[in-house]
Amino acid sequence: MVVMKMKFPFQKRVKLAQGLWLLSWCATVAGATTFTLGCVLKTELRRRAEVMDNADIHIVPNTLMIVGLASLGINYFASKICQDALDAGRFPRWKNFLKPYFAASCFFTVLMLLAVIMSYAMKGSLESSLKIGLRNGIRFYKDTDTPGRCFQKQNIDRLQMEFQCCGNNDFRDWFEVQWISNRYLDFSSKEVKDRIKSNVDGRYLVDGVPFSCCNPSSPRPCIQYQLTNNSAHYNYEYQTEELNIYLRGCREALVNYYMGLMNTIGAGVLSIFILQGSVLVSLRFLQTAMEAVAGKENTEIETEGYLLEKGVKDTVMEYLNPVLKFFLLTNQVEEGATTSGATPATT
Amino acid sequence: MALMLVKFDLKKRVKLAQSVWFMYWFAVLAGVLVFSMGLFFKIELRKRSELMDNNESHFLPNLLILMGLIACGINAFGGKVCYDSLDPTKFAKWKPMLKSFLVFCVVFNALLFVTALLCFLMRIPLQFTLAEGLRNGMKYYKDTDTPGRCYMKRTLDLMQMEFRCCGNDNYRDWFEIQWVSNRYLDFSAKEVKDRIGSNVDGQYLMDGVPFSCCNPSSPRPCIQLQMTNNSAHYSYDHYTEELNVWKRGCRDALLSYYGGMMNTIGALVILVIMLEIAVTVGMQYVNSSLSTLANPEDPESESEGWILEKTVKETFTDIMDKMKAMGKGGKVEEGGEAAVATVS
Repeated sequence: MVVMKMKFPFQKRVKLAQGLWLLSWCATVAGATTFTLGCVLKTELRRRAEVMDNADIHIVPNTLMIVGLASLGINYFASKICQDALDAGRFPRWKNFLKPYFAASCFFTVLMLLAVIMSYAMKGSLESSLKIGLRNGIRFYKDTDTPGRCFQKQNIDRLQMEFQCCGNNDFRDWFEVQWISNRYLDFSSKEVKDRIKSNVDGRYLVDGVPFSCCNPSSPRPCIQYQLTNNSAHYNYEYQTEELNIYLRGCREALVNYYMGLMNTIGAGVLSIFILQGSVLVSLRFLQTAMEAVAGKENTEIETEGYLLEKGVKDTVMEYLNPVLKFFLLTNQVEEGATTSGATPATT
Repeated sequence: MALMLVKFDLKKRVKLAQSVWFMYWFAVLAGVLVFSMGLFFKIELRKRSELMDNNESHFLPNLLILMGLIACGINAFGGKVCYDSLDPTKFAKWKPMLKSFLVFCVVFNALLFVTALLCFLMRIPLQFTLAEGLRNGMKYYKDTDTPGRCYMKRTLDLMQMEFRCCGNDNYRDWFEIQWVSNRYLDFSAKEVKDRIGSNVDGQYLMDGVPFSCCNPSSPRPCIQLQMTNNSAHYSYDHYTEELNVWKRGCRDALLSYYGGMMNTIGALVILVIMLEIAVTVGMQYVNSSLSTLANPEDPESESEGWILEKTVKETFTDIMDKMKAMGKGGKVEEGGEAAVATVS
């Protein structure tokens, strides 16, 4: 049973071919846009690669770039096919090409949709990657003399200033880590010795944050040290103070930034997906309508076009059978050999 | 003897008209470019007008915007005339205005040249405006409760972080003013009373800078307070310490930012001038070649084109004579009236 049969008189076929040619050029531009959007996302992710623990999230921009390049090829062939479609002499040479072409096009179009779904699904992975990366960054903040980690301080400072955030979950993460290097601590002074003795690991912990946590919108000069000690500063109460340092955590800030970016890109890619889908549907209608004309004397007759010759299930089986046969081929040969070996034994 | 005489047949005239029309379209785009550069410069000046005491001169960006609009208009008109020049009937209606149009183009090019010169010279007044504005800005840093000045602290902090600078000339400018508001000073403490007593104006001065002066590239946590006291910090020598706070002054930083922008705009305006001169010369050739047809009825006849009908010297003396004649024309009338008056 045929799926979506439509009648196509000659004029309608001509109009379809012309419209499809224009649509395929628009879709080519859209494909280039998808590739560019993938590049933009990848660049933004790479800029903050130091605070990300793994690169799993990069699968989204990589998929977008592959789909963008593929759609350039798909739409180029679509425009070529519809140019030849109205010429009965030149159309038959595309005959053998069209079946694998439609299979590949459907695959890449579905991949486009998958990329958008993945960008939402991978939020959790991005968040955990950032959690571990930021925790390491804060731990290695003081190691400005260790090769491989000497730029952590600079990176974390610039990150906190640009995204207006402090620490991993919030500013108290800095209280649990020694972020002042031992090179700048006077080990002969009483205060330093007290602090180091007061915890198990012998670390110099302070209730203070680096200068990059300071909020410029605060009406008073920034209070970085002795944050929880109200009597250390005049007219200061840390429980109600909101503008002194950034209260937001950097993990939340970065996740919001990247999710916003992927939402915008996802909306664009969805509309490109609809455009690409309509190109493929129109091309299929044009192909089936022109196939009925092949070999006839009068090329201006009315023909029928359809999406699928058989039902959806049958068409899927038709495409999957060669693939399954390839994988099951070896099994069938072995089964045949064993049964033929068994039957002589029984007879 | 005409200046740069060239012989034209029909084919050459058509080619000339087409290429000049093409160049006029580029010139329209160049006019749009000049307009947008003027707009961009105006927006950048407005963004930081607080730091310039709201006193900055918007003369140059306004001039650029005006020049851009005029350029678009002239070049669109010139393109239309060029397009019509291939059709003798259409060209006849433009012919009378063409001479004055070309004179206007020459005057406009001279004005563009003056604009480009201004772009390079505006640096000097900008320097003084910035110095004054930044000094006042730093004075009002602590006034976060005074209406009209409450955002100065935020503006200065963000500017120092963005341009990587500290103070006006350098960080020591912060030592000479009180940048901590009295609301956050405990006047009953001995230290505060000592500092306020130690200077004539009763200001709380200290050898410290705001946090926005801190350099993230420093290997140690930022030292903002007691900067000149080596013993207050372990392993610290303020004479040799270079990475702790930004060493550059904000006046230098802003001046080089705006100076670079103005240099780029000036260079682009010079390129636009060269394009304008080329289209003006092309238009003059089109005009002269179409007005010297050997046989006025036959459009395919040969003609000559030139930049000036006579040599430069002769054209100049012609212009001077014309101006003298205009002046004498007034004098002749006066003489006539005086003669009438004496007679009667």
